[in-house]
Amino acid sequence: MNPSMVITEAPGLFTADGLTGLIFLVMMAVTLTGGIIACCAERLIRAIAGLIVCFIGVAALYYFLNSPFVAMMQMLIYVGAICITIAFAIMLAAPEESRKKGPAGPLSGPLGFISAGLVTFGLIAMAMRTTFTSYPKINNGTVEEIGIAFLTSHSMVFELISIVLLIAIIGALVIAHTGRSK
Amino acid sequence: MSLLTLYNNLNTFLYLAALLFGMGVYGLMTHRTLIGMLISSELILAAASINFMAFNRFTAPDPATGQVFTLFIMAIAAAEAAIGLSIVIAVYRNYKSVDTEDLVDLKG
Repeated sequence: MNPSMVITEAPGLFTADGLTGLIFLVMMAVTLTGGIIACCAERLIRAIAGLIVCFIGVAALYYFLNSPFVAMMQMLIYVGAICITIAFAIMLAAPEESRKKGPAGPLSGPLGFISAGLVTFGLIAMAMRTTFTSYPKINNGTVEEIGIAFLTSHSMVFELISIVLLIAIIGALVIAHTGRSK
Repeated sequence: MSLLTLYNNLNTFLYLAALLFGMGVYGLMTHRTLIGMLISSELILAAASINFMAFNRFTAPDPATGQVFTLFIMAIAAAEAAIGLSIVIAVYRNYKSVDTEDLVDLKG
């Protein structure tokens, strides 16, 4: 997937480009299905399973966007760490038997649907009406370029993010520890 | 524009990210529990990351910048999940519930 490669004519289904497009369509469907399960499931454990499916699809989309490194990080961090952490929290703190049924309020279902639909419609309409200009690439965006960008032009943010992660770990320990003595 | 060349189109990714964002907003408003809201906010973050990556692939001159942004979003999401889940555990210890309707101690 060379960034400069632009396909103009429609490829046949059983050529390499056609199969690539087919895999992309399948992965798009996987992402959307996972998202629908994650936002609509009644049981939390099903929602987290849908979130895992959605994130696997998103990792495949990153691969299609010429970023295999970010796709790998998506699998490692989101699927492997964040979703598993949320699954542990569900097992620790969400007993299914005490769960009340139904939506969060009398109006939250329809109103939530309307507002989410408005936001989605606005974003799609804005993307449709805008023409984005594309600029020539100055490098290939490989892992080496990402590393150079991390340690030169984004080094300040890189250091700050490590401090943020350290404070988050300490804060999580403190918050989870305080209620334990009761 | 054939259906099989959709992956070479910026708008495909923008529509997909908009749909994921809408799902996240819907889940954030309808989920009853704090953990469900956290799951929906992860969907919103994923939509933002897809937008960054799509613009990085199709328009940006330096293709490393968007990937760096997405990696930073992942680090922030990991920190947010850790803090949020420890808050959920602390709330569960105090109230024996993570339902948003049970957390009404400040309600007069």
